Parts: sequence; structure tokens; C-alpha cells
Amino acid sequence: MPNEGAAILQVKELRTVFQTRQGDVHAVNGVSFELRPGELLGVVGESGSGKSVTMMSLIGLLPSPPAKVTAGQVVFEGQDLLHLSGNELRAIRGAKIGFIFQDPMTSLNPVFTVGFQLMEPLRAHMGLSKTKAKDRAAELLDLVGIPDAKRRLSDFPHQFSGGMRQRVMIAMALACDPKVLIADEPTTALDVTIQAQILELVKELRHKLGMSIIWITHDLGVIAGIADRVMVMYGGQVVEQAPVRELFSNPQHPYTKALLDTVPSVRGTRPGKLQVIEGQPPILYGAPSSCSFSERCAHAFTPCHSQNPPPVAVDGDHNVACLWDVSEGAPRHG
Amino acid sequence: MAEPLVQIDGLKVHFPVYAGIFRRHVGDVKAVDDVSLDIFEGETLGLVGESGCGKSTVGRAAIRLYELTDGSVSVDGQDISNSAAGDLRPVRPKMQMIFQDPQASLNPRMTVAAIIGEPLDEHRSLSPSERTARIYELMDQVGLNREFANRYPHEFSGGQRQRIGIARALALNPKFIVCDEPLAALDVSIQAQVVNLLEELQEKYGLTYLFISHDLSMIRRIADRVAVMYLGKIVELAPRDALYDDPAHPYTQALLSAVPEPDPEREPGRQHIILSGDVPSPSDPPSGCNFCTRCPQVMDICRVKEPAFRAIGEGRYAACHLLETT
Repeated sequence: MPNEGAAILQVKELRTVFQTRQGDVHAVNGVSFELRPGELLGVVGESGSGKSVTMMSLIGLLPSPPAKVTAGQVVFEGQDLLHLSGNELRAIRGAKIGFIFQDPMTSLNPVFTVGFQLMEPLRAHMGLSKTKAKDRAAELLDLVGIPDAKRRLSDFPHQFSGGMRQRVMIAMALACDPKVLIADEPTTALDVTIQAQILELVKELRHKLGMSIIWITHDLGVIAGIADRVMVMYGGQVVEQAPVRELFSNPQHPYTKALLDTVPSVRGTRPGKLQVIEGQPPILYGAPSSCSFSERCAHAFTPCHSQNPPPVAVDGDHNVACLWDVSEGAPRHG
Repeated sequence: MAEPLVQIDGLKVHFPVYAGIFRRHVGDVKAVDDVSLDIFEGETLGLVGESGCGKSTVGRAAIRLYELTDGSVSVDGQDISNSAAGDLRPVRPKMQMIFQDPQASLNPRMTVAAIIGEPLDEHRSLSPSERTARIYELMDQVGLNREFANRYPHEFSGGQRQRIGIARALALNPKFIVCDEPLAALDVSIQAQVVNLLEELQEKYGLTYLFISHDLSMIRRIADRVAVMYLGKIVELAPRDALYDDPAHPYTQALLSAVPEPDPEREPGRQHIILSGDVPSPSDPPSGCNFCTRCPQVMDICRVKEPAFRAIGEGRYAACHLLETT
């Protein structure tokens, strides 16, 4: 559970640009957030909202060119990750910051055994001997609930099912006891019953290992179940940030509100017709000079089309980047 | 309700597995194993299940995109299970399909007008002006701007591409449309747009949908009746509200319980039924009930005898030994 104190990871005004032949695509536009010790920060947004690119920028996982981090600061343990050399960064990635990717099939190497891939970070980062690394690898597979762990070390990725592969990915990310775990849509490719297994596992491991997690997803149901705080992204910016209950009960940004209204549920009253957010998400040629949601927003008024709203604190931990005050039903003051 | 528009009876689709240097027939993947379904005119039948359960195969076999191993399928009173390709051709306009991946199901070298017009070229003899008029009409119906008629699929977003696919399926005024996960590749906000479009079209033209999806909350929105599949068989079939309020089969219960609810007040404390293990391989299903390896309420009889798919209430069917004793 979240405890107050200094943030473990602090991101300030991060900007990432993709240089393409059609011009620069501004994928991340001034994202700032912090991750506190032991908390699970949920990141929601549609595809193209910049949620994955933000997280990959943090630890230099984007190929450059075309990607370029043009501004910002990422402070982790007193260092700015954006100014580290490749080698220094490699020492942090996998050791102190773990990453789980969306698609477990394409992110495991098909020609090496799972055991080899699990032992690789252990030997590289923790300097374990081969036998010790093997013991630890078996321990990790056991931890993520793979039966008969010792024997399965010599199996190849294709011999595992989708859910089991995702467990292997989690085991790899956890291999060196990371302080921060970044999970990029780890359950999106899985069936609901398998997703439920993985979510249970993550909840359990969180309490056991006490790390901070950033969990990227577009499924608000998953967020509701596991997150402590939520960050909503749209058009490469953070439009709203709040503790999970506060966000669901008192959404301030019209986009968050619309997103919550469009989601059907398996319980409760069945809506007559689904609420729709008209239009398409923006393509970001050029840095935003207006609110990126203004084209699709029901509350948009003149200033929305000419200025990009800065985040405003609504209530303690809750902030929103919008010129419209939902509770007042009028433009925000000051 | 009236006569069913589509009748599927004892449908089996097995894919043979060949191995060795003589490519000997060593077994079958039983993708669909004895499925019977009636789909009534004007309704939406939701077909849910996890990946690999055979739901897409049922959808494809229902319009004879696959050859049937056994069983029969009839559409609009006509048995199509063994028709030759030539006899099938006049029936094809009545049944159409909307595919999962709008990117892969549209030819990148054809313009939107050519894609939507292709079924018209094949099955109707229209003059060029009539053809253009029909294409524009279809584009209006699905909410595509007429000015985009000469653009190529890559110039559109995912949601718009799915609209092109829908326009193509509508071109020949079909009665029955198989929607094979049409929302899976789309974002939440775009999904809602497409669902509303499909519902409007159904109201307007009295379409009948077989709606295949793994998303239980979307199925609840769109379907009138819901069939739940597991490992090549239908385990439960019921009217929508009955199924969601009071699921009878242990698999349906687990499936519904596994869907996370977008409500942070309830969700963290909710008790989920967590199924252990994975779905067995359809080439080697367990003996007895297919679900016996993962069922939390398994009994001895389940491992021996296959439960019959039988009526358990008003319009409700299920295949489970637990429900037979009561």
C-alpha cells in the first residue's frame, strides 16, 4: 500500500518526438508525474495517447532515430536517467527497473530456453554463478506459479501457453528484485480467466516484494481492481491524475468522464445506448498549442482552441488539465 | 418467435493433423465438436468464449467458409451444408461477414469505392451510375464521408476501416451477418461508435447477427441471447439477462466473475472465481466433460460421462452434470 514519503521516480516535463518523413510527431508533450514507494500507478489512455512511449522514454528503450527525447528530467535514485550513458543505463534496466511487455510471444527469444533467458539478467546484473543463477531461476518460476519449475527451465517459449509465457515475463522482470516495475498492458493479450490469474499473482507479489509498479492499460476494470492512483493520458499529455476512488467517483476532465461513460459493464443496469465520444484521437504533428481534446469535447469554449491548459490541483492529490470546471458547470477561475 | 433464420445442427469441424515423412493422418483438432444453434430472424446471438474455443470456426462454418466435417447448416430455409460452390453462389448475398482485423481484410491496393463495389460487381448487374449511387448510399449509411471514396484503406483510422468493412458486408442487402470480433482491434471510445452503428443498421434493415466476441461486457450490450463456448462445445445458451444475472454453468460463472468491474469501491474486495490451469488442447480433449480439468465443482461422473446439452428453464440450455441432478 502507498506510504507517504519521497517519490522513488520523478518525471518532469518529458517530451518525446518521432522524426518521420512527414515531419515530427510529438508523441509525449510535457508529461510530469511521480511514483511513490510501494504504490501501483495505473496509466490509462487509448492507443496513440503516448502511454507506452512515455514509459519507454524513461529508460531509453526507444530506438533513436526516429525517437528523440527532446526535454525533461527523469530522476531515479538521485540520477537523471536521461543523461546516463548506454552502459550506465543498462546497469539500471533489468536490475533496478523491470519491464513487462504486452505481447509475451514476441518479447521472448524463441531460440533460447526460458531458463537461459531467466539466468541472463541474474548473471549479468547480480554476478551469480551458473549453478546459483539456475537455482534462483527455478525459484522465480516457482514464485510466479509455474508448476514443476526446475524441469521447465529447459523448455523453449513455444512450449508454454500464453498465460504461462506472461508469467515467465513477470519472472524475468522480477529476477533482480527491481525497485520499480513497469508493466505495459501485461494482460491485454490474455483471456479473461487467465487475466484474473495474473492479476491475483501481481496483487500477491506486490505485498510480498513491496515494489512500486506502473501499470499501463486501457481496461478501466483492471485499473479499478489494482491501482492506488491513476493517471489518464490523452494526446501525449496527462489530462488527469487522482487516487483511484476519487477518479472514478469524481472525474474532472471531460475525457475521463466520457471514457467512464462509454465502458459497458457485466453488472448493474444495462444502458439503453452506449455513450459515444465522437471523432478521432488527434495526430500530433507539431507541439500542442490548444487543448488536444477540444475537437471532441462537449464543453469546449473559445479559449480551449487557443491555449493548452496546464494541470490545476482540484483537491489535494487530484489534478486536472482542463479549463472547464465540471462541478461548477462553468469555466474554471484563475 | 418465428422460424429460425439460421439452423445449425450437430455441427462438427475437425482439422486433420498430418505428421511424419508420409504425412500420415495422426489425429484431428476438434475445433467444433457437436454444436447446435438456432438463430432467429432479427436477433443478435452473442457467441462468447476464450481464444481457441472454436467460436470463430462456428461463425465461419455457419456461412460455409469452412467445409463441415459433420452436421448440417441451413440459412433461410436452404440447406447449405453440402452444396456445391456453384449452388452456393446465389445464397452468398444473403449471408455476409465482418472480420476482426479491418487492416488485414481490406485490399491495400483497392480504393474504398472499389472495395465496397466489389460485391456489386460479382452479384448484381448495375450500370456505372447506379453502382456509384449505391456505393455513396452505403458510405452514407455507415457514416463515411463520400469524398473519401477514392482513397485507400491505409489513409483511414481503425474505426473508419471497420466502417468500410461494414459497408462492404451491407452492399448486397444481406439477411444474416457474422460479426467475428469486429471490435477487438478498436479503442474503447471507437468501439462504442461501431456498436451503435451496428445496432442502428439492425433496426433499420432487420438484420440478424451472429456476434462473436471474447468481451463479455460488450456482448451484454449488443446480444439478445448469448451462447458460451468452451473447447469446441456450447456449455450454456440463455437469454441475455438470465445469463448475466444467474449463470448456471460453472464455466459461465467463472468467466463472468473474472471480468474486472470498473468500480474501485467494489472491485478490490470482490471474490473472483480463479480457474487454475489452461484450456486443454482441442486435439486431445479430456474424457467426460471438457471442463472437468478446471472445474471448481468437479464430481466423479464428470471425468467419465459427457453431460448432455439440455433445457434447464425457459429458453435456457446448459451441459453440466450438476444441473441434471436437480
